[in-house]
Amino acid sequence: MAERLTRRKLITTGLATVAGASGLAAAARIADRYGLIPPDHSGIYGVGETLTYAAQRILTSRHSLAREFTRSHISSVAPVNGDPPRDAAYQRLLAGKFVEWRLVVDGLVARPSSFSLAELKGFPSSTQITLQACEEGWSFIAEWTGVRLSHVLTLVGVSVRARYVVYRSFDQWFDSLDTPDAWHPQTLLAYGMNGEELPTGHGAPVRLRVARQLGYKSMKYLSRITVVDTVKDIGKGLGSGSPEVGYSWYAGI
Amino acid sequence: MAEHAYFPAVAIRGSDRADSPRHAGLVRLTHWMTAASFVGLLVSGIAILLAHPRLYWGETGAVGTPSLIDLPLPFMLTGQSGWGRSLHFLAAWVSILTGLLYVVHGIVSQHFRKHLVPAKADLTWRSISRVASNHLRLQRPGEEDALTYNVLQRLTYPGVVFVLFPLMIWTGLAMSPAVTSVVPALVEALGGQQSARTIHFFAASALVAFLVVHVSMVCLAGFDARMRAMITGRGAARDEPWEPWEQ
Repeated sequence: MAERLTRRKLITTGLATVAGASGLAAAARIADRYGLIPPDHSGIYGVGETLTYAAQRILTSRHSLAREFTRSHISSVAPVNGDPPRDAAYQRLLAGKFVEWRLVVDGLVARPSSFSLAELKGFPSSTQITLQACEEGWSFIAEWTGVRLSHVLTLVGVSVRARYVVYRSFDQWFDSLDTPDAWHPQTLLAYGMNGEELPTGHGAPVRLRVARQLGYKSMKYLSRITVVDTVKDIGKGLGSGSPEVGYSWYAGI
Repeated sequence: MAEHAYFPAVAIRGSDRADSPRHAGLVRLTHWMTAASFVGLLVSGIAILLAHPRLYWGETGAVGTPSLIDLPLPFMLTGQSGWGRSLHFLAAWVSILTGLLYVVHGIVSQHFRKHLVPAKADLTWRSISRVASNHLRLQRPGEEDALTYNVLQRLTYPGVVFVLFPLMIWTGLAMSPAVTSVVPALVEALGGQQSARTIHFFAASALVAFLVVHVSMVCLAGFDARMRAMITGRGAARDEPWEPWEQ
């Protein structure tokens, strides 16, 4: 009697373990397919990153807009973090008022291209007055003008395999966005700030503006955009310099 | 022991008896999980705060704009907010999931109604001030306090569970540009993103004050017995030497 019960228990426990493990594996595959697993999902902190990212991706629709403000809310102080790239190529472009500057767009696209500043300014422009919060805790509101990243992605023809948009800067920094934020209407290639040209300290000639994430995702001094299906071979495989130095890949907070 | 195994309902109903657990298993489990996640949240919260120990009111704030309070702490721009934020969110998830479990259990088992809602008769200034003055004179709690919560506890614990913790979650979410893109009222009702950050700080400070008083009271009431009650469930009786006041 006791033996039979034990055997039954063993079989039940074994089956439950197998079912649980394969259930978890299936859940992970499904979650990955629906874009609920961030690149920095491994390790103990990865548990928190994944829960936060998945919860926010389920909660936010592709078109939920970050709050916009009126001109009267624009901050008089818009602090600058860090210096412009010391890189010789960047300094030459800066001296030439960015006439020679090109934004390369390549990767999983039908028509790899490069765009000049004048070309970007010729595209339909979009203006937003939004709040940018630095991960350190300070924040400011500014008006940003640029072309939607989605407009440029449509022009070059993105492959159906695309899952991330990787972007790089003249100071050798790199980061990436998932599909929802890359195609989001408030994600801009911003060349104007508060009605003027984007100041050098704020990332001239063009910075990315990602309104639904912390400031560090809004990368300055853009040089190149690459559409990819995986970030495994971008940097250390996390698709961004931020998680390599301890900051979350997803910063919708 | 055996009777309890066969008649669990009896054991639960008789929970005020000295031989039944002082604290239910799930209350003990969630207590310690909350304690662990709170330590994680506090340590990481300080790491995040030190990146910019200035508080503002309204939507925005930065060095060069007027602050509400300049905390007497150093600016620590050495990248501590990276792991700080990762730990903060991990601990927040543990805390929230634990809290949900605790609240559902508290409602279903009637733990809140039976043990945490103050009796109407106790909600008089005389009754409250009597317990408060006993506390302030560091008077050792009476035997009945080892079995049940007094009126101050019945005011404070629900305040922590149903006011401070939800306020922490609300003000935390109000700082998220992604979450507020869906529910802008979360931040607008607080007067702005920096206001949310400031309230988050003060609510956290209130929780730390609670923790200090809570641990002090545990020491005053008999540290070993109270720890045993919250770890094993046993220990309504106080058989430990009375430290340090009686030595």
